[in-house]
Amino acid sequence: MIEFSPEAKKRFQTILSHYPAKRAALLPVLILAQHEFGWISQEVAEYVGALMDYPPSDVLSVATFYTMLHKKPAGKYHIDICKNVSCWLMGVNPCIDEIKRKLEVERREVTADGKFSWDVTECLGSCGTAPAMQVGDRYYENLTPAKVAEIIDRLRQE
Amino acid sequence: MTKILLANTDKPDQASIGKYRERGGYKALEKALTMEQTALIEEVKASGLRGRGGAGFPTGMKWSFVPRNTNKPTYLLCNADESEPGTFKDRLLMERDPHLLIEGMAIACYALNCHLSYIYIRGEYEFVANTQQKALDEAYDAKILGPSLMGKDYPLDIFIHLGQGAYICGEETSLIESLEGNRGYPRIKPPFPATHGFLASPTVVNNVETLASLPWIVQNGGAAYAAIGTEKSKGTKLISVSGHVAKPGVYEVDLGYPLLDFINNEAGGIANGRNLKAVIPGGSSVPVMTAAECEGALLDYESLLKAGSMLGSGGMIVLDDTTSMPETLSVIADFYAHESCGQCTPCREGTGWAAKILKNIVAGKGQRSDLDLLLKIVDRMEGKTICPLADADVMPIRSFVTKFRSEFEALCAS
Repeated sequence: MIEFSPEAKKRFQTILSHYPAKRAALLPVLILAQHEFGWISQEVAEYVGALMDYPPSDVLSVATFYTMLHKKPAGKYHIDICKNVSCWLMGVNPCIDEIKRKLEVERREVTADGKFSWDVTECLGSCGTAPAMQVGDRYYENLTPAKVAEIIDRLRQE
Repeated sequence: MTKILLANTDKPDQASIGKYRERGGYKALEKALTMEQTALIEEVKASGLRGRGGAGFPTGMKWSFVPRNTNKPTYLLCNADESEPGTFKDRLLMERDPHLLIEGMAIACYALNCHLSYIYIRGEYEFVANTQQKALDEAYDAKILGPSLMGKDYPLDIFIHLGQGAYICGEETSLIESLEGNRGYPRIKPPFPATHGFLASPTVVNNVETLASLPWIVQNGGAAYAAIGTEKSKGTKLISVSGHVAKPGVYEVDLGYPLLDFINNEAGGIANGRNLKAVIPGGSSVPVMTAAECEGALLDYESLLKAGSMLGSGGMIVLDDTTSMPETLSVIADFYAHESCGQCTPCREGTGWAAKILKNIVAGKGQRSDLDLLLKIVDRMEGKTICPLADADVMPIRSFVTKFRSEFEALCAS
């Protein structure tokens, strides 16, 4: 059986207190669950469902709507690189190739050491500093293939 | 040009409440709280302010649809789900001047008699949300927010709610569904959010930039705001410009400013000494404009409409003469196919079908007849769905294929 850490339990109560209806807290609770458990598995959906008084199928139907909620395990560092217009115009494709070359896994796959996974994503709102990618809560902008390689090397050391 | 929104965004310490107040911050809220709520709504109506998220609906009118004296609570939701490709203006406001948004929201809440409000920020902007949250914490500590709004007998809470990667949640009824803990499926209107929004209560959804304009309007009066801009487009607008320009970034212009002057002066002209080929002036969903159509066009709602496009979110993407229009359109069409929520058949099937045809054309496997098929598909998508996402795909497809047809044909077998 999985369970929130004591801090997460506290955070859960705070989240509930922000909404006049419990259901409205579902998305923030799913975000919290992903922080805690890494991805939204069936087990996590059951746990969140029990906390929120909804069947796990309902929880999963919501989770599957939102691309940032992982429906399979992700690496410790999940890279989302933008492939939308401005990033594409400014040369994101060679950067995507560099990610593939460095990590040696395909989209949505996790590296053997569990450290990295990657995906292409839609507009990150970094059009003026394109190309851009996101790792966790960090943005990396004005990318070049060399910069991408450097970032991945640095994250490997962390 | 008037600086209403970016007056202080270049100051590195502006995000702190102390500096914000030193520079006159929260004075507009103080003034608003001495006014009648209905007088505030009249002031916003008089300003001519229109929704800055993309639709351009008059803000004061939107507010006036909210029933007063109901026994249900009224909610103000700030739309910070900025996801329209090419748009990155709200992010700048929240990162650099987060108290401006809080002050604008507090004014709007007071005018609307709202006591509980949310900022719906796209999940990718978690780092932006952290800055905004810090500012909210400061506002609570300074007793601006909380049980009594700036000392007045008026409780107000503002919370941040993060999205999780769904473009559609920027559509206001989808945002409400998402905030309620559901899949972000847009709702059929009517009923409108003004009467049946969040938790079936009266709700106003306003964009970050719209709300951030309010402190200036309250301080200087609606008439002063209306004196800026053109007859139908009042005030200033943030333009986030990207693509092939020398100085991409966010700029504030008086509405009615010439489009080409903006590209050549503010945005530093086309990069690398190349020439202008086309402009997408208001986010990827608006019709593309050829370089010739840009001549004489002004950055305002009516002029861009006349020129066959739209001001939209002000997310301007500039394309130079090396750009392949079929490839650009294929990237755009992929986006809308990916982001269609799947609720309405014309959008779910149409966006995917169009994206596949375009991919084929770009790969050199297309037929000339595919171009007519594309135009036929978009005719059958337009205006046939619950929300405007299908139309957001129709406008680029139709305009790219019509205005740059020979480029598409060159890739197709006859």
